[in-house]
Amino acid sequence: MAIMKLLDQMWVQNLCAILGFALLGAMVWSLSRSERWTAAWKRLRRDRIGLCSLGVILLYLVVGGLESVSVNTDSGGRTLLQTFTKFVPQERSYAAPLAATSLSVSDPKPLLGRHLLGTDALGRDTLVQTLRATRSALWIGGLTSLIYIPLGILLGMLSGYYRGWVDDAIQYLYSTIAAVPEILMLVAILLVLGKGLGTMAIALGITGWVGMARLIRGETLRQVERPYVAAARAMGQSDWKILTNHLLPNVMHLVLIKFVLGFSGLVLAEAVLSYLGVGAPVGTASWGAMIDASRSELSREPLIWWNLTSASGALFILVLALNLLGDSMRWAFDPKN
Amino acid sequence: MFAYLIRRLFFFVPIVFGVMLLTFVLFFVVQSPEATARRVLGQRANPKAVENWLHNRGYDKPLLVNHNPGEPWHDSLFLHQMGRLATFDLGASDVSGRPLRDVFIQGALPSLLLTLPAFMAGLALSVGLALYLVFIRNAKVDLFASFLCVALMSIPVMVYVIFGQFLVAQVLNYFPAFGFELQGWSTAKFLLLPVSLMVVSGLGADVRLFRALFIEEMGQDYIRTARSKGVSTPSILLRHVLKNGLINLITLVVASLPFLIMGSLLLENFFGIPGLGNVLFSAIQAPDFAVVQASVFLGSLLYLGGLLLTDLCYAWADPRIRLQ
Amino acid sequence: MLTLRNLRIDFGTGPDRVQAVKGVNLSIAPGETLALVGESGSGKSVTGMALTRLLPQPPAVYAGGEILFEGQDVLKMRDSELRKLRGGKIAYVFQEPSTSLNPVFTVHSQIAEALRLHRPEVRDISGEVAHYLDMVGIVDPAKRMHDYPHQLSGGMQQRVMIAMALACRPQLLVADEPTTALDVTVQAQILDQLREIKQQLKMAMLLITHNFGIIGGIADRVAVMFRGEVVEEGPTEAVLRNPQHAYTKALIGCIPQLGQRRRRLTTIDHASLG
Repeated sequence: MAIMKLLDQMWVQNLCAILGFALLGAMVWSLSRSERWTAAWKRLRRDRIGLCSLGVILLYLVVGGLESVSVNTDSGGRTLLQTFTKFVPQERSYAAPLAATSLSVSDPKPLLGRHLLGTDALGRDTLVQTLRATRSALWIGGLTSLIYIPLGILLGMLSGYYRGWVDDAIQYLYSTIAAVPEILMLVAILLVLGKGLGTMAIALGITGWVGMARLIRGETLRQVERPYVAAARAMGQSDWKILTNHLLPNVMHLVLIKFVLGFSGLVLAEAVLSYLGVGAPVGTASWGAMIDASRSELSREPLIWWNLTSASGALFILVLALNLLGDSMRWAFDPKN
Repeated sequence: MFAYLIRRLFFFVPIVFGVMLLTFVLFFVVQSPEATARRVLGQRANPKAVENWLHNRGYDKPLLVNHNPGEPWHDSLFLHQMGRLATFDLGASDVSGRPLRDVFIQGALPSLLLTLPAFMAGLALSVGLALYLVFIRNAKVDLFASFLCVALMSIPVMVYVIFGQFLVAQVLNYFPAFGFELQGWSTAKFLLLPVSLMVVSGLGADVRLFRALFIEEMGQDYIRTARSKGVSTPSILLRHVLKNGLINLITLVVASLPFLIMGSLLLENFFGIPGLGNVLFSAIQAPDFAVVQASVFLGSLLYLGGLLLTDLCYAWADPRIRLQ
Repeated sequence: MLTLRNLRIDFGTGPDRVQAVKGVNLSIAPGETLALVGESGSGKSVTGMALTRLLPQPPAVYAGGEILFEGQDVLKMRDSELRKLRGGKIAYVFQEPSTSLNPVFTVHSQIAEALRLHRPEVRDISGEVAHYLDMVGIVDPAKRMHDYPHQLSGGMQQRVMIAMALACRPQLLVADEPTTALDVTVQAQILDQLREIKQQLKMAMLLITHNFGIIGGIADRVAVMFRGEVVEEGPTEAVLRNPQHAYTKALIGCIPQLGQRRRRLTTIDHASLG
């Protein structure tokens, strides 16, 4: 659990965020040089829905990135997003969007400023809170992907390439994990490990690699039959070289599509788990936690709808964009087009 | 057929063992029984109470092998737990002390009352909508429908529930927003809203999946043959496409049938339906480790049952498949 | 009976539009057998499918011309008229019998489906199914008709396809590469069967194939298609003995002959054909 403690350090988080973005950049850069990918990119460029989704996702990445990097100030650490939104004042309690006075029935007080999407129970600006919650979603998506994608690729490729007892062992492993319904598995792991973004990523990673491994195993089984693998073997290349230099590039597009579609699932899972109370720790901005907190607000008089709507809206737009981009990519990589 | 079933059941044994091992590691090794006791009884519980709690449940036994002089070697926590689960003894709740067997049996009916109608209605509705989309074959409608499906998929369940509960029960005041009673037809009054919400929340993903399945069938050679015989499009869809499509659907749908017993975590909690989903929800909040542990075990048994059921349905529906 | 006038068929729209059939003229008289020969991609199958507008639209576009069947333009028919035409007057046998039969229905139910559509007056459906299965040479038809397609061999499956096409007593049978997917010995049996049945039922036939070798004893006339156009047409004997077009010569040159020693099989040089 020392790792979990380490993750709470500000400089570690900054480093993680920067490394994460660097990794993403490096991946895009290295892939952009392969022919198959440039062809797919050309097709994707004509797809208006795909491009719009990509733009929306980049926007979320920027917002989440700003919230992930902190700077030291006299009053402790403060994220870049907080620094940029410092001019937004904090009120004492609820305020409706663009209202001039606070929302208390007996004695409305004038507000310090106008709030585009109102404020929450503690008087914090809802828009800022919604933007800040992007970080949780992206961290869960990113950290989990870092766990389940390498694991899934490695085990899937080994299983499809070596077959025999290796295949049997790996299949047994993932059949066992798949035998436990995902939500139960997640709840059980999180209950034991405790709340936190790191533990959530571990839990989601443990359940998530199964799908990736199955996908990659199937594709590897198909690819191994292709003549280029026999040719590489005939030239005396080692198994490891064949796996990394020949097979990996040929399954990479499946990995990326699964990564994008899986990311949307992870963002949703973060919200549901945080809502269930086993997800983001108290005090971390998260859409799921916001939705949980705003549940009782709907039965208040006057009705407080803006917290729920902004959190669900922000969540919905990100997940929608990821799903649409995933579909567009699947289409762009389809050899039939 | 019989030989097949036996072989399949033998194949399940190592998987069940794997699941039991996994839960043991999670609940007794990753988190020690002492830590469990403290989380259940509270951090400031007195040591005597903790010791009693552990002893009453047999959690104070050695982990794997009993080396204590005078005690049999197999009197260990691991073997004890394995033996317990192998005889379907689910133990008792950490919080209330009630036997979990009773808790689960009692919760199954309300859960099924919610999930079974929702499953049936959802399946019928999505198959119907998907067939209709394939039937009209209009590029614009298709684009709009697939966008709508993705949009529906992108909304988390709890948002459906919160908005649905708010709109239908609170604003329109059509149904009770909360509560449940098992009294003939009046039960339906409480179930209609959660059932419809469950149907709607799953609609996007299902329609999309089924549509893709049916479109693939439409491209098959035998559809061309049927068309060349002069069979009309509705008849092609309802006879040729549906039967082939449903056989493919079996793999996707039948496996989830046993899970209906487990109910719906969020919906049951929102609407106060005393099913297994609600049991689990309370166990998460408590926390009640015994309930979660037993649910994992039962869930995996249901999963394997689903696999078996899938095979049987497949063999029954597809003339090309014979179990041997 | 059937006349194609300047038939043009495209695939796709806009800049991706491909012309598959570019102004084809053909005619088939009652009882006559026309062989339509060409390589894959020459437009021969597309032409065959177009006779009853079987090509799915989109991507296919019937860009122009007429398909006259007994004086009526197929391209202008309403859906209900088309369904009467398909199977009832023009029936099809396709290349892949293993995928062309619906795997989840018995042979009986698939033939019965056609019978109910086009010959509702038939009372004894099982008897009629057995009759046609017998006609195409299936032994013990009363038993075999309750089999599923996967229980039959490829040759048997194709016989079932033929029986299904014949059962509605069509005036024209379109056989699209009916023997290509089968073993050589089975090929010969099926072709013999087709020839026999055609004479017995006095039915016209459009035999679509890439193989000049099989049309000899069966086709009255032959039309050669190349890149969406009919480049040569005439009586089978005359075309086989004295081909005019370079492409026809090349195609005939591809038939391996028994007793001839050749080092290499001939290939067609598309560049030289322009």
